[in-house]
Amino acid sequence: MSRIGVFVCHCGMNIAKTVRVNETVEFARDLPEVVVAEEYRFVCSTPGQELIFNDIKKYNLDRVIVAACSPLMHEKTFRKVSEAAGLNQYLVTIVNIREQCSWVTEDEDEATSKAKALINGAVYRARLLAPLSSRVIDVHPDVVVIGGGIAGIQAALEIAAVNRNVYLIERTPSIGGHMAQFDKTFPTLDCSACILTPKMDAVLQNPMIELLTYSEVAEVKGYVGNFDIKVKHKATCVNHKKCNGCQACVEKCPARGISEFDEGLNKRKAIYIPFAQAVPQKPVIDRESCTYFLKGKCRLCEKVCEQGAIDYDQEDTFREIKAGAIIVATGYDLMDTKPLVQYGYGKYPGVYHALEMERLFNSAGPTGGKVVMRDGSEPQSVAILHCIGSRDKNHHEYCSRVCCMYSLKFAHLLKEKTKGDVYQLYIDMRAGGKGYEEFYNRLLEEDVKFIRGKAACVTDRTKNPEEAGKLIVEVDDTLTGKFTRIPVDMVVLSPAMTARKDAKEMARLLNLSTDKNGFFLERHPKLAPLSTMTDGVFIAGTCQSPKDIPDTVAQATGAAAEALVVVMKEKMELEATTAFVNAAACCACQNCVKVCPYGAPFFNAEKNVAEINEALCKGCGLCAAACPTSAIITRHFTNDQIMAEMEGLMEF
Amino acid sequence: MDFEPKILGIACNWCTYTGADLAGTTRLKYPQNLRMVRVMCSSRINPSFVFRAFQLGADGVLIGGCHPGDCHYGTGNMYARRRLAITKKILEFAGLEPGRFRVEWISASEGNRFAEVVTEFTAAVKGLGPQTKLKVSHDG
Repeated sequence: MSRIGVFVCHCGMNIAKTVRVNETVEFARDLPEVVVAEEYRFVCSTPGQELIFNDIKKYNLDRVIVAACSPLMHEKTFRKVSEAAGLNQYLVTIVNIREQCSWVTEDEDEATSKAKALINGAVYRARLLAPLSSRVIDVHPDVVVIGGGIAGIQAALEIAAVNRNVYLIERTPSIGGHMAQFDKTFPTLDCSACILTPKMDAVLQNPMIELLTYSEVAEVKGYVGNFDIKVKHKATCVNHKKCNGCQACVEKCPARGISEFDEGLNKRKAIYIPFAQAVPQKPVIDRESCTYFLKGKCRLCEKVCEQGAIDYDQEDTFREIKAGAIIVATGYDLMDTKPLVQYGYGKYPGVYHALEMERLFNSAGPTGGKVVMRDGSEPQSVAILHCIGSRDKNHHEYCSRVCCMYSLKFAHLLKEKTKGDVYQLYIDMRAGGKGYEEFYNRLLEEDVKFIRGKAACVTDRTKNPEEAGKLIVEVDDTLTGKFTRIPVDMVVLSPAMTARKDAKEMARLLNLSTDKNGFFLERHPKLAPLSTMTDGVFIAGTCQSPKDIPDTVAQATGAAAEALVVVMKEKMELEATTAFVNAAACCACQNCVKVCPYGAPFFNAEKNVAEINEALCKGCGLCAAACPTSAIITRHFTNDQIMAEMEGLMEF
Repeated sequence: MDFEPKILGIACNWCTYTGADLAGTTRLKYPQNLRMVRVMCSSRINPSFVFRAFQLGADGVLIGGCHPGDCHYGTGNMYARRRLAITKKILEFAGLEPGRFRVEWISASEGNRFAEVVTEFTAAVKGLGPQTKLKVSHDG
C-alpha cells in the first residue's frame, strides 16, 4: 500500500474557471491509497510548495500527485520540493489539468469530469512508480577538436584560453584548411593568410593545445564526459621530434609530386611542407612520389639531414586519447565539376574552378600571383559562372551561400590584375551579410559585365571568325530574353560546397546523423545549431552546411562554449529514466542493438544476452517496444505503469 | 443522453504532447473525450498498449508523434510508423472498425492541427458508436 497525496491547483482562475476544484479534491480523497487531497490557489508559489513539503512529512507520503499545469512547466519545481522533503523526485506525478483540460474545454461539467479521469489515471500509475537515482559520472576535462581549418583552430584556441587541454586533429600535414588556400577574403579584401597565420601560430605556441597533424580519428567509444578516441597517426617518414625544420631535405629532393595545396596547378617535392606558412614547419614524405619508395634507391634526404630525422621505416601509429567533449569541424569538399561535362572542366585548359583561381591570385601560388593560364598567356576576357552544381535540382538543391561573394571578389581581382573583360553569369545575386551588398554595389561600378542567367554550356565550337580560339559560354540572358554567346579566354566555375566525401564515415564513428545533403545534422536547426543528437559532440563550420568565414568562426566559438559547458563540470548527472535488460527474459535476438539510434544496447556474447550502456541511453523506449520478450524495461515508463495509467483513464 | 466516446491518446513528449499544450496555451477548444498518456517517444508504444486500450473500453485510440524525419531521437518514429501500421492491420483483422485507430504526426508548433485532429477524430468515433468488439466486460 502506498501513501498518496494529491494536490490540485486553481492556478488563479486558469483552472478553477472551468474545473470545479473542490469537487475534484473530494473525488481524489476517495481514491484508493490516497491519504490526503488538498487544493491551493497557486501550488507553484512558495506557500503552495510548503503545503506539499509539510504534507509529505505530516502524512508520511510516499507518492505525490500535483494536478496543475503541464509537466513541461513545473515538473522540476515539484520534484525539487519532494526531494527537499526526503521523497525521491521520481515519485512525483504531474497531472496536466490546465493546458490539456481547463483551457481547452468550455463546459464546466465536462472539464471537471475530465480532470477527475486524469487524476484517476495518475493515481493508478503513481502506485507502480519506483524511486530512481541519477547516476553521477566523472567528466574528463579535455576536449578533442577534429579538423584543423579555421573552425577547428578557432575552437581550439577558445578552449585553450580557459586553460583546458585540447587535442587538435588534422589529417593533412598542416593546419589551415581551405582558408589557407584563399588569396583575399570578401568583402573587406584583407589577405586570407595575413589574418589566418597568426592564429595558426597561436595554436602552435599554446601549451594547452596538442597538435596532431597527419592524423585521423580511427575509432570513438564512450559517451559524454568520457570519450575514448583512437587516433591514427599516419607515417610521415620524418621523426618530427628530431626534425628542426631546416628544409635541407626539401631542397635536395629530386622527386616531384602534385601539389594538393595548389590544387594540382603546381608540383611540390616528394618530401614537402605544403605551404610556406604551414604549421607545423615539419616535412612529410609522400610515398607515392618518393624515388626511394618507388625505385628503392635515392635516400638523399637522409644524407642531408643533420638531425637524422628521416625514418623510412616509420609505420602508422595509434594513440588513445580521453576527452569529455568533441568538436567536429571537418569542413567541406568543393564539388567535382568534371561530371558536369557541359562546362568542359578537365576538357578545356581554359576552364578553372574557384579554388584554382584562389591559388592563381595568390602571390605565393603557382604563378606568383599573376593571372596567367595553363598556356602561359594572360586572359583577355573571363567569364565567371555562378551556381555550378548548387541551386540545381539535378545536383545540389541548396545554395552554397558564398559563391556570389567570392565570384565578385574574383571579378574585382581580375580587374585589378588583368586588362580583360569580366563577365558574371548569375541566377540571383545573393549578398546577405555584413558589408556584402555594399561590396556588390562597388563591383557594379567597376566595369564588370553582369549577365543574369545560368550558363548553359562552355564550348570551343566557333560560329564566326570572332570566336576563333576562344571558349564560348552560352547563356540565356533572362533580363533581355536573348540567348547569348560570349567568347572568352578563361572560364571560372563556382562549384557547390558539398559535404566531405567521407562525412558518412565520420558520422558513423561519432554516431551523428547527416541531412539529405550529407552535412552533419544539428540537434535543432534554430535553437541547438551546434549540438548533435549525441551528447557531448558538437559541430562547427561548413561540415554543418555551407557558410562563410565569419559564420564559421562564430560557430566555432559557440561550439567551444558548448564543449566547455560539458567539461567545466567535474561531475555530471546522467538521465535516470533509462532502459535496462532483464537478462532472464532476453532471447538474444539483438533487435535492441539494431534499432537504437545511440548505440546503447550491445550484445554480451559471453552471457548470450543484450545489455544496455546506460550512459548512452536517452530513455526513448524504442528498444523496449522492439523487444519481443519484453525483457527491456524503460524506467519510469514501464509497461505496467503505462497500462495502469490507461486503466485509470478509461474508468471515467 | 448522447453517446460520448472514450478516446485514449498516447503522445510523444517532444512533439504531439507539446503541440497539445500549445493548443491549450492558445485557448483552442476541442471535445473533452480525449484522455492522454505521455510517453517519451512514439517508438515506446508497444502495440499491446493499443490492444489493451480497446480491451479497457476505449472507443477510439489516437497516437501522436513527431513528423517522420523530425523525431527527437532521430529515427524512433520511423519504427513507430511501421509498427503502428501493422497494429492497424491486426486490429482490422480482429474485426475492429478501421476508423477507431488513428496515428497522426503533429509537431510542437501545430496546436491548431492537434485541436483539429481531436475534434475530427472524436466526431468520427462518435459516429461509429460504442466499441464492443474488443472490450472486456467487467461483469465477466
